[in-house]
Amino acid sequence: MGAPSPDADLQAFLLRMGDSCLILGHRVSEWCGHAPALEDDIAMANVALDLIGHTRLWLELAGEVEGAGRSADDLAFLRDAGGFRNVLLVELPNGDFGNTLMRQFLFDAWHVPKLRGLAASSDVRVAGVAQTAVREANYHLSRSTDLVIRLGDGTAESHGRMQAALDRLWPYTFDLLDVDDGEAALAGVGVVPRAAEVAGAWRDHVETALAEATLVAPADGPEHRGGRPGLHTEHIGYILAEMQFLQRAYPGAVW
Amino acid sequence: MTSEWPLWEVFIRGQHGLSHRHVGSLHAPDAAMAINNARDVYTRRNEGVSIWVVRSSDIAASAPGEKGPLFDPSNSKVYRHPTFYEVPEEAGNM
Amino acid sequence: MYAQMVRSDAASVRSIEEMEPRERAFQQRIDEGQKIEPKDWMPEGYRRTLIRQISQHAHSEIVGQLPEGNWITRAPTLERKAILLAKVQDEAGHGLYLYCAAETLGISRDEMYDQLHSGRAKYSSIFNYPTLSWADIGCIGWLVDGAAIMNQVPLQRCSYGPYARAMVRICKEESFHQRQGYDILVTMCRKGSDQQRAMVQNALDRWWWPSLMMFGPPDTDSVHSAQSMAWKIKQNSNDELRQKFVDETVPQAKYLGLVIPDPELAWNEERGAHDFGEPDWNEFLAVLNGNGPCNRERLGARRAAWADGAWYREGLMAHAHKRVAGVAAE
Repeated sequence: MGAPSPDADLQAFLLRMGDSCLILGHRVSEWCGHAPALEDDIAMANVALDLIGHTRLWLELAGEVEGAGRSADDLAFLRDAGGFRNVLLVELPNGDFGNTLMRQFLFDAWHVPKLRGLAASSDVRVAGVAQTAVREANYHLSRSTDLVIRLGDGTAESHGRMQAALDRLWPYTFDLLDVDDGEAALAGVGVVPRAAEVAGAWRDHVETALAEATLVAPADGPEHRGGRPGLHTEHIGYILAEMQFLQRAYPGAVW
Repeated sequence: MTSEWPLWEVFIRGQHGLSHRHVGSLHAPDAAMAINNARDVYTRRNEGVSIWVVRSSDIAASAPGEKGPLFDPSNSKVYRHPTFYEVPEEAGNM
Repeated sequence: MYAQMVRSDAASVRSIEEMEPRERAFQQRIDEGQKIEPKDWMPEGYRRTLIRQISQHAHSEIVGQLPEGNWITRAPTLERKAILLAKVQDEAGHGLYLYCAAETLGISRDEMYDQLHSGRAKYSSIFNYPTLSWADIGCIGWLVDGAAIMNQVPLQRCSYGPYARAMVRICKEESFHQRQGYDILVTMCRKGSDQQRAMVQNALDRWWWPSLMMFGPPDTDSVHSAQSMAWKIKQNSNDELRQKFVDETVPQAKYLGLVIPDPELAWNEERGAHDFGEPDWNEFLAVLNGNGPCNRERLGARRAAWADGAWYREGLMAHAHKRVAGVAAE
């Protein structure tokens, strides 16, 4: 392995986008048939479908940039945990429906400014994917924000559950906003938006919404980081064991 | 207190510029959420560009017993239909 | 079918002459092919039978999410995952349309849920069987959705307007469901390995008989059909549809190179149809009465989803009240 090249940086970044969508899509799809109302079963499936769609676009592009002939499916189903570069937040278990919505909200608030920046990327392939994805992500953000506000300012119980979810998930937002040297280099040449730009938009949106939801972000506590270099929570192994089972048990089979 | 979300009737205007059309109903806590839910439930296949929702209980409907008085009179106004008139063949298409 | 053994509220079908004037007018409208709408007068038996049938149909869609939902997180490719997710989502949508249709008859969705959760309401026996391999997902699409479509297409013409309209929408959306299932099996059987073909055969062996049971008991034992057919809320007899299903399915199985697990299955030249064996009706009744392989798990999952979601539904309702109060105070 030589020194990181611009292509290697780009591929790593594309994996970060694709893997984050894939793992979150997986988590959201776990709700299928178990949501609190039929309308929410349908809405959650829409979010999961959008995310799986984004996954295919990002991973296809990652495979293309890599140039080793790996398809989106190869990347999704045949890499081990160490190769996954998703943000840590999306690996965390669903918990109750409030926890799932809070996770979605924190993610969407990052996803949208990220995609908006990427839509103006100097790399037309990246811009193309982002322009498609951002339209759906915009709706995800408006829906998850609305629900977080409503539940935060609902009953005492819904408020308590949303606050607990925020406390539980907040430590992982540090990883969410982190960028590594490779991504910083890509930002320098206009391929991806600058970290500060995305983080600023994220903070503005999250602070406004939390205030309206009467929820308070924890002032201290752990600051988890690590999705970047392939360090994960323990949950990723179980996700992959489930997701990749058929491809692993029947190597080379067509489905 | 019952927590059952009220029922809403959903009307969607499709791509082709026709009027909003009743497509079905759903449950939601309020109008804003009913619109979101309608988007998720009734436009899964790109069916619409505009959504109206109205609480089912707010719809005033004609009673079935009024069917006669409400709808009979127009039956007698045959001159409202183009087929009432005879167009001379010489006049061409009209 | 999705609504099996729906009890109709009439001891026997009455002739037009035996009916009181209101009922006679009602029956005549049905005979003329007119639709009955929510605010129209209808016999109490018609209303109650429809509520049972439509809600049973809706419950089946909702419970039906579970066996297939099992495999969304294990689908073998991103495309299969998206297709399955979209398909299971449709089931939820169809449940929703059907609950709404039933609600026009004067019962709330919460009441129907309560009937399901307490075990008073039934849902299709088919969803109480386990999905053990990916081939099961193919078989469910092919056989279970195939059987469902066969029943639902004629229901588009049923006498109750809201039900008929819901079925039109459902049939339109479901048109891809059977094909996606068959497509899974075509890939596994015709492009796959011996191991995959064995997986499909094993799935067919398990799903064949339960699929035939979906159409309900034989006509000779089906005591409630006559009234429902007179009311046009059921269009074809159980045996008629079962025969049609077998006749359509046999060549499809042959194309896949599969053996239908029925030694009595044979083409009958004289009838121009297949002869086939009798499903185990004792098994059917046991499953319908709550004693199938997965009844407890399925109902347990639905009960838990409902109970665990109570705080969410209440929280949103409370917030909606606050907004209304806020607007009123301004």
